[in-house]
Amino acid sequence: MMADVATYVLTALGLVFFVAGTVGLLRFPDTFSRLHALTKADNLGLGFIALGVAFQADTWAQLAMLALIWALALLAAGTVAQLVARAALAQVQEGE
Amino acid sequence: MTVWLHIVALGLLASLGGALWRVWCGPSQADRMMAAQLVGTGGVGVLIVLAALQDWGLLVVALALALLAALAAVGFIKAQTPDGAGDPEETAPPAGWQNRHATGQADKRA
Repeated sequence: MMADVATYVLTALGLVFFVAGTVGLLRFPDTFSRLHALTKADNLGLGFIALGVAFQADTWAQLAMLALIWALALLAAGTVAQLVARAALAQVQEGE
Repeated sequence: MTVWLHIVALGLLASLGGALWRVWCGPSQADRMMAAQLVGTGGVGVLIVLAALQDWGLLVVALALALLAALAAVGFIKAQTPDGAGDPEETAPPAGWQNRHATGQADKRA
């Protein structure tokens, strides 16, 4: 019962962060602020959803898998944010 | 619980729709790549929720999707920047990289 409540709350939070990140991606004025919204908010949302779903897991292996997925997503997001920002910077300077 | 998780999955899918709109509009290629990243993250989220709903084996699919999304972004950046975004501390691209296409053509003509 408590686990179900935790799932409700955490997945709802995750969905809020996901939608916030997407709205940021759609509405922010320039490439770099959009990158900011995408790589922070969305991965936090993914973390909350993974945590919420983890309360429904049956075995430790499933929990480990969820943790692994989120760790990979975080690592990838951090790296990709830096790399995409640099590619975007090169494009901005080319346009000048 | 089942109904709620379906609602969460639908919300994530709606978020993916927003990402597709950004792919459509651009304006820069970096924006399109970011939207593709969001499709990757959102897809992983949907798969995690579906794993709880249907089959926990879907977690493996989510892991593979997360890996592929990261590799797709790296591939994009390798193609975009002159030295494959080599030095993360660098604040500007190396000098003369903007003329790389022109020099290539000049070499062919010569």
